[in-house]
Amino acid sequence: MKLNGAQIMMKCLEREGIKHIFGYPGGAVIDIYDELSRTPHIKHFLVRHEQAAVHAADGYARASSKVGVALVTSGPGATNTVTGIASAYMDSIPIVVFTGQVPTALIGNDAFQEVDIVGITRPCTKHNYLVKDVKELAQTIHEAFYIARSGRPGPVLIDLPKDVQQATTTPKFTDMVKIKSYNPTYHANPRQVARALDMILQAKKPVLYTGGGIVLSDSSEELYKFATTLQIPVTSTLMGLGGFPGDHPLWMGMLGMHGTYCANMAVSQSDVLIAVGARFDDRVTGKLSEFAPHAKIVHIDIDPSSISKNVVVDIPIVGDCNETLRQLNELLEVKPARDWPEFRQAWLDTVNQWEKDHPLTYVWDDKVIKPQFVIEKLYELTKGEAFITTEVGQNQMWAAQFYQFKYPRRLMTSGGLGVMGYGFPAAMGVQVAQPDAYVIDIAGDGSIQMNIQELITVVENNLPVKIAILNNSYLGMVRQWQQIFYERRYSHTDIHAAPDFVKLAEAYGAVGLRATRPEEVEPVIKEALNTTRPVVMDFRVEREECVMPMVPAGKAMHEMLLA
Amino acid sequence: MEPKIEPRHTISVWVDNIPGVLSRVTGLFSGRGFNIESLCVAETMDTEVSRITIVSTGDEQITEQIIKQLRKLINIIKVADLSELDHVEREMVLVRVKAEDKSRAEVLRIADIFRCRVVDVSANTFTLEITGNHEKIRAVLDLLKNQGIQEVARTGTLAIQRSKKE
Repeated sequence: MKLNGAQIMMKCLEREGIKHIFGYPGGAVIDIYDELSRTPHIKHFLVRHEQAAVHAADGYARASSKVGVALVTSGPGATNTVTGIASAYMDSIPIVVFTGQVPTALIGNDAFQEVDIVGITRPCTKHNYLVKDVKELAQTIHEAFYIARSGRPGPVLIDLPKDVQQATTTPKFTDMVKIKSYNPTYHANPRQVARALDMILQAKKPVLYTGGGIVLSDSSEELYKFATTLQIPVTSTLMGLGGFPGDHPLWMGMLGMHGTYCANMAVSQSDVLIAVGARFDDRVTGKLSEFAPHAKIVHIDIDPSSISKNVVVDIPIVGDCNETLRQLNELLEVKPARDWPEFRQAWLDTVNQWEKDHPLTYVWDDKVIKPQFVIEKLYELTKGEAFITTEVGQNQMWAAQFYQFKYPRRLMTSGGLGVMGYGFPAAMGVQVAQPDAYVIDIAGDGSIQMNIQELITVVENNLPVKIAILNNSYLGMVRQWQQIFYERRYSHTDIHAAPDFVKLAEAYGAVGLRATRPEEVEPVIKEALNTTRPVVMDFRVEREECVMPMVPAGKAMHEMLLA
Repeated sequence: MEPKIEPRHTISVWVDNIPGVLSRVTGLFSGRGFNIESLCVAETMDTEVSRITIVSTGDEQITEQIIKQLRKLINIIKVADLSELDHVEREMVLVRVKAEDKSRAEVLRIADIFRCRVVDVSANTFTLEITGNHEKIRAVLDLLKNQGIQEVARTGTLAIQRSKKE
C-alpha cells in the first residue's frame, strides 16, 4: 500500500510504541499535523514554545524509561529546540526530535523559514539525519530510535523536507538495524572486571562515586547489592541522585561544588574510587590535579570517550553499568566470605564523623522563610515519593541537598548544560508519563520566567504540575558568586521587578498560592498537594541565603567554604 | 621556556561516503579544540566508504580522546592511529621557486638530489613536484626557501600500513 511521508512517520511512531508527543505546528510540518489529526492513538501536547517541547520530551523520557518525542516546524521552530537538544545531549537523555524543512528543491536557497538545522545540531546530537528520499524514511526513523536509546543514550534529530512528507511510496518497515560502525559494548571485559574487584577487595577506604549512568541503565538494585555487601559508602553526582537510597546509612550525599563535606572528604581521602556511570565533570572534581589524590580509580562507563578524559584512571571498564555491576556481584559471590561490616568499621566511623562534624544545615529563622526549609517540607509532606524537577541555580542545588531522593528517575534536572527554564516543561513531560504521581518543579523566580508560558499548556491538558518558586527576587546563584567573589557588586542580578506570580497563575487558569512566613509553608504545600489542578506556590524566601558548602571554582575539593 | 613540541599522529579514518560526514569529523576537531595539521579525503575501492587521513598534534591523552571521540560518531566505520603501527607516509607538494640566471642550476641540483620533478618552467621560475614523507618535504622546502618560494600547494599527508612481514 502506498503511503505518504507523514503517514509513514505515524506508522513508525506506532511501531516504536510512541503514545505521546510534544510539539508545535508550522508551515513545514503541516502535512504531519494533518496526519496526526487522524492518528487517535498518539496524543499530542501543544506547547507554547518549541524549547518546552524538547524539555517535556526529555522529562517524559526520564520518568518513563522510554524515548521522548518532539515535533516542530522548520527555521525558528527548529532553532528553538537547540537548547533542549543540547541539554538532552549533555545528560544522555534518549529523545527524537522531528523538524520540518523547506522542500528539497529549495534547500540552500535561503527560503522562508529555512535553516540548516542538521548543521546547527551536529555537535549537540548523538546523531542527526536529513531525509531526502521518502523511501529512506521508515528505515531512518527506526535507526534514530535505536540510536537514541542504545549505548550511551542521547538526542537524535530528523529533518523532514516538506516534499518528503508529501511524497508517496510503499514503505518497507523493518525491525532490523544495520549500522556497521555502531556497536555499543554492554558486557564488560571479564578480565578487567576481575582486576577491578581484586583492587576493590584490597581497599581500606573505598568510595563509590556514581552518576547518571546508574539511573539511565536502571542499575540501582545491582548498585545496592554491591555497596551494601562490601559496605562501601556511596556518593553521587547530581545526575545520579536517587540511584542509591538517600536515606541509607552508607549514603554520603552529593559530591562536588555543592556536595556534602562528608562526600568530598571521603573522595579526597579514599584509596580506591569506583566511578560508575559518571564522567568527572569539573563541578564534581574541582581542581583536577588534587582530585582523589590517594586513590586508585576504577571507572565503569558505556562510553569509552568518558574514560580517562579528565582524570586518568587505573582500571578502565567499558560496559553497561547494570551489566558490569551484575558481573561484579556474581564474581563477588564466589570470593571467600568476609565479615565486611567488621572490616569496614574504621573507615565508616571516619566517614560518619565527617557527616556529624559538618552536616548539611542552615540557620533557622522565625520570621523569614529559609529556602532549605521549603524543600525539607516538600520532602516530608510527599514522603519522598514525588517526582521532582528543578530549574537551574540555587533552587537546583537546594533540591539536590535537601530532598532525599530514595528512588531513581525521581529527579529531573538539566545537570550538564544547566538550562534555566528546563524544570517546568520537563515537569509537564513527567506528569504525562506519570499521571497519578505528584510532580513538583522546584524553581527560582528567575528560571520560572524562562518558560512560564507553559502554564497554559498544563491548564489546557489538566496536568496538575506543582511549581514551588523559591522567590528571593534575585538571580540567586550569580548573586551568591557576586557576594563571595565580587565584593557584593550585584550587577544585574536583582530582579525584584517581577510579576505577581499568584495573579499570573490565576490569569492562566491555574491556582496561585503564596507563603511569606515560615508557618505558612506547610499549609501552602498541603493545599497545593490536595489540589488536582496546576498550582504555583510563591515562597518569599530569605533574599541573601547562600548554597553551602561550596568549593570555589578551580579549588580542590577539600578546600570547601562551609558557611 | 622552550615551546613544548607535541608529537604528531597520523590517523586513518574510514567513513560512510555520504554528505555531511566530513563536517562531522572537522566539527569534532574544532569543537573540542583538537589540532588538524593536514587532512586528506577520497573514496576507497568500496565507493560507499571514504578514507580520511588526518595528521594531528597532541600528547597521548589528547590523541586517545581524538580517537575515542571519532569512534563515537555514527558514520565512522574504523579509526586507526597509524603512528603506532609500521606504516608508510607520503605527501606531494607543488612549489614554484624563483630561479634567476645564477640560481637556476642550484634549484635543479636540489631537485635532483631529492628526486623532484620539474613540472613547469618559466624564464625566472621552476615549478617542482616533490613527493616524500614529512621530514623530506620539510628538508626540501627549507632548502628552496633560500632560493625564494613564490607559491606552495600541498596535498597533506597520506599514509598506509605496511604489510606484515613473515
